[in-house]
Amino acid sequence: MTRKQKRGVLIGSGVAILSIASLLVMFAFRESIVFFHTPSDVADKKIEAGTRFRLGGLVADGSVKRGQGTTVEFAVTDTLAKVNVQYTGILPDLFREGQGVVTEGKLSPDGLFVADTVLAKHDENYMPPEVAKSLEEKGVKLGPGAQHKSGAGY
Amino acid sequence: MVVEIGHFALILALVVATAQMIVPMWGAQVRDARLMAVGDSAAVVQFALLIISFLALMHAFVTSDFSVLNVADNSHSEKPLIYRIAGVWGNHEGSMLLWVLILGLFGAAVALYGRHLPATLRANVLGVQASIAVAFLLFMLFTSNPFERVDPAPFEGRGLNPILQDPALAFHPPFLYAGYVGFSMAFSFAVAALIEGRIDAAWARWVRPWTLAAWMCLTLGIAMGSWWAYYELGWGGWWFWDPVENASFMPWLAGTALLHSALVMEKRDALKVWTILLAILTFSLSLMGTFLVRSGVLTSVHAFAVDPDRGIVILTIMMFFTGGGLALFAWRAGALRQGGLFAPISREGSLVLNNVLLSVACATVLVGTLYPLALEGITGEKISVGPPFFNMTFIPLMLPLLFAMPFGPLLAWKRGDARAVAQRLAFAGGLAVLVTIGVAALSGPGPWLAPLCAALGLFVLFGAITDLLSRARLGDVGRAEFLRRIISLPRSAYGTALAHAGIGIMVMGIVGTSAYQTEKIVALKPGERAEVAGYDLLFKGITPTKGPNYSEQIAEFEVTRNGSPVTTLLPSKRLYNAPPQPTTEAGIYPAWTGDLYVALGDEQPSGGVALRLYFHPFVRFIWIGAVIMFIGGMISLTDRRLRVGAPQRARSRPAAVPAE
Repeated sequence: MTRKQKRGVLIGSGVAILSIASLLVMFAFRESIVFFHTPSDVADKKIEAGTRFRLGGLVADGSVKRGQGTTVEFAVTDTLAKVNVQYTGILPDLFREGQGVVTEGKLSPDGLFVADTVLAKHDENYMPPEVAKSLEEKGVKLGPGAQHKSGAGY
Repeated sequence: MVVEIGHFALILALVVATAQMIVPMWGAQVRDARLMAVGDSAAVVQFALLIISFLALMHAFVTSDFSVLNVADNSHSEKPLIYRIAGVWGNHEGSMLLWVLILGLFGAAVALYGRHLPATLRANVLGVQASIAVAFLLFMLFTSNPFERVDPAPFEGRGLNPILQDPALAFHPPFLYAGYVGFSMAFSFAVAALIEGRIDAAWARWVRPWTLAAWMCLTLGIAMGSWWAYYELGWGGWWFWDPVENASFMPWLAGTALLHSALVMEKRDALKVWTILLAILTFSLSLMGTFLVRSGVLTSVHAFAVDPDRGIVILTIMMFFTGGGLALFAWRAGALRQGGLFAPISREGSLVLNNVLLSVACATVLVGTLYPLALEGITGEKISVGPPFFNMTFIPLMLPLLFAMPFGPLLAWKRGDARAVAQRLAFAGGLAVLVTIGVAALSGPGPWLAPLCAALGLFVLFGAITDLLSRARLGDVGRAEFLRRIISLPRSAYGTALAHAGIGIMVMGIVGTSAYQTEKIVALKPGERAEVAGYDLLFKGITPTKGPNYSEQIAEFEVTRNGSPVTTLLPSKRLYNAPPQPTTEAGIYPAWTGDLYVALGDEQPSGGVALRLYFHPFVRFIWIGAVIMFIGGMISLTDRRLRVGAPQRARSRPAAVPAE
């Protein structure tokens, strides 16, 4: 092989791998991206039942109901709208009424959000940034917790 | 008083670093040996000042001096001593000081052990290294000063996040930082080489030990973090593709590629431009990690507390070094002569494949990590990119890499014989396939990809052994000769084989736990039983106790298997005093075949307790594999040819060559 051909093989294989990777990335984005919505988005945007998304907000006060076994129901609110959530599993340590929470799952046809993941940050003062931001956009006043600047987790 | 000394030492370190940035580089320009020598002493003095500063902060933490804002915000007098010490880097300001300290350590190491480097290269390297230190010291002093006082001093501190109150805090951050700050050496060497416009195989030989040392530490640091998350977070996961994890993983991928391309450059004088580029990019990714973790632009389970102003400063620093490095690269790379021809099927060819796959994989991780940011910036839409994305993009790129891995070390430089190598690997491959079929038949149905990946892991492991055996010419020579040869193989050969074997072992752990894990969520009352993966758990009840700074509810489980007792597991829930926050301590029974893992959930209204039961097959292999990789790196580092500070052959050459 000449020098030129060798270089061709080199560049060609690099380009080939790069384009395969780009295809994979585009495909994976189409398949696996999860949008984040607040309860008012759910009301406004008319999200279809069965679409997977993340629902974030505050756990509404007095809404947590423990059902059979490990099933829990609670409501997520951004103070303007409210969505009822059902989750079967173990809640994170920092799950509490009035605290920020992010849940992931699908809406059922009757408007109940069936979550398979519930995330709460590992810091009592923490507010998930998406939640804080969208609450701020809606003019909700946040407690000192949301602005807490130091001492959060590593 | 001690605090003021620490603060003053930090300011002095900035002054010294500024001198170290300017004087030796100027000396290198005008070829003044005395000016260049300033760099050596400055690097050592700067490091000493940083140690003083660091110890002063540690003193403030240990003595619980709450007149220091950082201590008041992040410590508590009831905290056990180890967490008062490790708590120094359990917060943004303190960890930044650790960051700069490690930067100084590497600089001082060049000054002390780099005597064999050409004077101008050493001067330039120290200058570039100091410029990074100047940027970060300015950042610390102006936006995140750990020595800031608070008046009046609070009576008690606010405490350290309980999640961090774990022995792993003492080790995970220092190793992680030693890793990605260590890549600053590769960056400094690359920029120094570009400034001089001269780069050769010797350059690669000088850079490799530093890169290897950083890479080893990063490997271990990431693995420790993964292990820590596994037992502490109570979800039983070992990797979440969380942005902060990705932030440390990207430099690892790029650094791994750099290690391999520097090898080609050292041995064959090829891939120079690419190696320099990788060195710049690897450290840029480290800087980007620092930015992502501390700026709050990303949602993550373990990002630092956020302050957008700080984020902007770090972003500026990152842009300056990345942009400056790349601009210099664009300007000077053309001057670098390309050399070393090789056929596609050759050792070089396989290392190029390694580099292409690793850097493309790194790019996919980068895209997945940054895409949500970009989209939110452009359309305002908030999305999350989770594990499915990374599994779909990263894994397909790793499979060919794993397959090619055993071939690489067996191929000859310049022009390799693929068929001969395949013959030598036939046994390893056959064995891997047989073992996998056996295991798949025993374990029953699972995802189809799992046996394939497991076979690849085994192939990598057996391939690494084959590499050692064939280097010692097993089969070609007699037994005594073979033994003599295998003992006297260079340590770098053992290092390579161990690092590759570690990957193979890790892959098997990953496959085992991802594909065959069992998870069960149950609610139990005292006296009730649950069964998972053949283990029988009897819930005996919950006992409250008290720790040094928390109260604890310990549940007791008697574990039996086929009627014979195995162990007693004691998972618990802790409620810390300051800050008042609960944590879950999992109960884990580790075994070679897998971990039995029990985490407590909430108490049920009916009187029982919710439980998460897991069986993670072979999960230990993930971390064992990482430790083996670390050991491989260590052994390689002690190789005579690579040893930091090994006498340079070229220096003695003038004496050896008689005048003609």
